[in-house]
Amino acid sequence: MSEPKTVKLVDGEKGNLIQITSLNLDGVMRRRLLDLGFVTGAIVEVIRKSPLGDPIAYRVSQTTIALRKEESSRIEGVLMTDGE
Amino acid sequence: MGNSYRVALAGNPNTGKSTLFNALTGLRQHTGNWAGKTVSLAQGNVQYKDKMFNLIDLPGTYSLFSNSSDEEVARNYIVFEKPDVTVVVLDATSLERNFNLALQVLEMTKNVIICINLIDVAEQQGISINERILTNRLGVPVIKISARNKKGFPMLLDTIDRIVTGAIECQPVQTTYADEIEDKIKKIEPKVSELIGNQMSARWVSLRLLDGDEKLLNEINQRYGQKERAE
Ligand SMILES: Nc1nc2c(ncn2[C@@H]2O[C@H](COP(=O)(O)OP(=O)(O)OP(=O)(O)O)[C@@H](O)[C@H]2O)c(=O)[nH]1
Ligand SMILES: [Mg+2]
Repeated sequence: MSEPKTVKLVDGEKGNLIQITSLNLDGVMRRRLLDLGFVTGAIVEVIRKSPLGDPIAYRVSQTTIALRKEESSRIEGVLMTDGE
Repeated sequence: MGNSYRVALAGNPNTGKSTLFNALTGLRQHTGNWAGKTVSLAQGNVQYKDKMFNLIDLPGTYSLFSNSSDEEVARNYIVFEKPDVTVVVLDATSLERNFNLALQVLEMTKNVIICINLIDVAEQQGISINERILTNRLGVPVIKISARNKKGFPMLLDTIDRIVTGAIECQPVQTTYADEIEDKIKKIEPKVSELIGNQMSARWVSLRLLDGDEKLLNEINQRYGQKERAE
């Protein structure tokens, strides 16, 4: 088995499953993301990228949520599967 | 009126609060399919046995930390207007997400009912929910309903009734935090308790202070500061 690969949500490819390991933000923004389900341990699926790559839609805890780069670049996780 | 009680409906967006509200009160409040539909607070009455329940339909939110005006409205209603009972309406098909708000409410106030709605959809999806286990773990009544099919209403109304008469004593489970945070709570909780009395949960206010929630602090000052100075 290969080493687990750490990626930022912003760098995930469509179809990737990423298990969150850390949120590198504070205050209201952190709170907001936690409330939306971006918590450590949660598995996030990259749903799609918009033409310009921002925002990106993710599926977390049975809901689709779009994040801007400034948020998705600060959430890190372990890549669990590769997209097609 | 001595036998009138206020019952607030809280919950995530789109969990069927307005549907429940309308079915119980007979009012036709507009309901919609997308988040944040309910803006002002609709109120309506339900007669049950010898009592009148005044239902308040709070805006649907994912959280109650007042990051938005909807969250602030719902939060302030629960902690400052102090309904006799707060019913948290959950989507049975999305419990993990919905419990974020439910656990927040359990920290804020005592008389809570966890009302798991859309049970018809959950059953179609093969999801079965053991409300007894949940009741034991959460320390408050957990009831399954289908607001659209008007299922489970007698149990819900009877449980509200038994809470307001004191026949049921709620003991909402309190989230335990990391030692570092628990130590800090221990330090400030007695002081907080001294200042706010039993107006609200001192543990909850302590947690909000540790989180730097200035909006709450201002709200407390505005609402209780006056009285404090008059004493
Ligand atoms: N199948 C089914 N659908 C339901 C049930 N309860 C509500 N719905 C539907 O769920 C949708 C949302 O219901 P609302 O009552 O508007 O939800 P709400 O919680 O008031 O939403 P917000 O005000 O936006 O927070 C509507 O289409 C309802 O018809 C139920 O028990 N079963
Ligand atoms: Mg509504």
